[in-house]
Amino acid sequence: MSNVLLIDFGSTYTKITAVDVESGVVLGTAHGITTVETDIMDGLNQALGELFAVTGKLEFSKVLGCSSAAGGLKMVAIGLVLELTVEAAKRAALGAGAKIMGVYGNELSEYEIEEIAALNPEIILLAGGTDGGNKEVIIHNAKMLTTLGKDVPIIVAGNKSAAPQVVKILSEVMTEVVHTANVMPRLNELNIEPARETIRDVFLRRIVEAKGLNKANEFVDSMVMPTPAAVLKAAELLGKGTSYEAGLGDLMVIDIGGATTDVYSIAKGDPQRCNVALKGLPEPFAKRTVEGDLGMRYSATALYKAAGAKMIADFAGVTEADVEAYMHKVEENVEYLPENETESKVEIAMGRACTRLATERHVGQLETVFTLNGPAFVQNGKDLTAVKIVVGTGGVIVNHQQPAGILKGAAYDESTLQMLKPEKPEFWIDEKYIMASMGLLGMEYPELAIRMMKKYIVRR
Amino acid sequence: MENSKVKVVLGVIGADCHAVGNKILNYALTSAGFEVVNLGVLVPQKEFINAAIETGAKAILVASLYGHGEIDCRGLKDSCREAGIGDIKLYVGGNLVVGKTDFTEVRNKFLAMGYDRVYEPGILPDQVIVDLKNDLGMQG
Repeated sequence: MSNVLLIDFGSTYTKITAVDVESGVVLGTAHGITTVETDIMDGLNQALGELFAVTGKLEFSKVLGCSSAAGGLKMVAIGLVLELTVEAAKRAALGAGAKIMGVYGNELSEYEIEEIAALNPEIILLAGGTDGGNKEVIIHNAKMLTTLGKDVPIIVAGNKSAAPQVVKILSEVMTEVVHTANVMPRLNELNIEPARETIRDVFLRRIVEAKGLNKANEFVDSMVMPTPAAVLKAAELLGKGTSYEAGLGDLMVIDIGGATTDVYSIAKGDPQRCNVALKGLPEPFAKRTVEGDLGMRYSATALYKAAGAKMIADFAGVTEADVEAYMHKVEENVEYLPENETESKVEIAMGRACTRLATERHVGQLETVFTLNGPAFVQNGKDLTAVKIVVGTGGVIVNHQQPAGILKGAAYDESTLQMLKPEKPEFWIDEKYIMASMGLLGMEYPELAIRMMKKYIVRR
Repeated sequence: MENSKVKVVLGVIGADCHAVGNKILNYALTSAGFEVVNLGVLVPQKEFINAAIETGAKAILVASLYGHGEIDCRGLKDSCREAGIGDIKLYVGGNLVVGKTDFTEVRNKFLAMGYDRVYEPGILPDQVIVDLKNDLGMQG
């Protein structure tokens, strides 16, 4: 028996993918409604019924799951300086697939503690100070967190010299306090892997149960990680490859949803031209960013604000009034789908605007500095101009007639020269919507996952 | 152990990319037992301050070689106070102004801006190290 079942418990749909690991073939995919409020198995059984109707009854040697159900993994990240340890903590949480509810720096105030309590995070990541650097602030913040009035798992990833004291202070009130390596051991040195692993570990031990996902445990062997972490894992495998199976090289992945737009990049992002000085934090090779104000339905109003009617109207070739009218419709009814040609054009333009803005926030920027020796360049973030492949995944892109029209927003644009976006990208589509599943599969069968992605993710 | 060393932040301020003196100072200070947080060239004021906060550094050493030092260095002390590190030692050196101005005048100008030590061109790193140890109350 060589069948593996991969399940993605999404916020709306439970998507399943059955794979034959011997032949490397997708046997079938299906989806049901996610039923985390009642019994998560209901939606899963619905999906299985749909799958078996096509494939016939299947037995599985292994069942792996990832989840973004019940609001995803909600986290708050705390550091000291906004551009340094706060940013490092944020990146660690994003890389672990979390949904960031808030980020905080400096000494926390009583107001901020109230705010954090109201955000209801499932895990708090507490950083601050380089190793041997500032201790006072992280100790202050630990003391403040003891007044949260809630028992929240806290991961301590700050100044190693202050860590024992911080853990001790927190442990008096919180049940789960886990210490891991500093997210920034030295200035501008990023070390987010240990924190990412710890977040995943706490997610497995605590969050899965708290969310009622454990009801699926009898059926699912292991709930491996939050869905975005699975997509990041898949993207990394597809880009980097392994020693036995070559990857595709540097790439980006765009996932547009109703509420958010996720961007992933698998690339070092070093400067592509000469005379460039790198500034800011070093970038993770596998990087994820999420934009909470860019989405096709729940965030349509926010998108309208961020992009402006003109950008969407220009992309669509319609009037700004058309855009506004359509935005109102989808805002009132999130299930609404385009009914005529103008609306279809606006829909694509919205997707393109999401892609464009989310990509611009993800990539690095080049700034020209005029020195006495002539102009010099300062690069902040990743230079992704040489990235050749942009993969589209997620319901909006996968189910769209013209996904390339949406992904166009990721390409380099002469009106925003300073943005280091891919210059000549090819657009590839995750047609079978299997990337999250392949991230799961890749935990045990990395080469197979890469081969399958190469087969099922196609150039458009 | 490295982390018990006194930390100092070092960098060349503003739109200035003179890197050689920076490397020499980095080497000399490290050899003298400091942990140098070297920000390199083209460093804005804010970066000096952020680095000092996060690392708990005891001094910020600012260099300016291209003649615009006066403009670039102004306000650093106030920003440090604003950021809660008003007690940190501020040193500055290099070719701080264009042309041949009397250095006493230059020194007074920078002292008035809130810098604790102002160095004229040609000073050796040894002097800076001695001053640092004195100002920070270190032995030897």
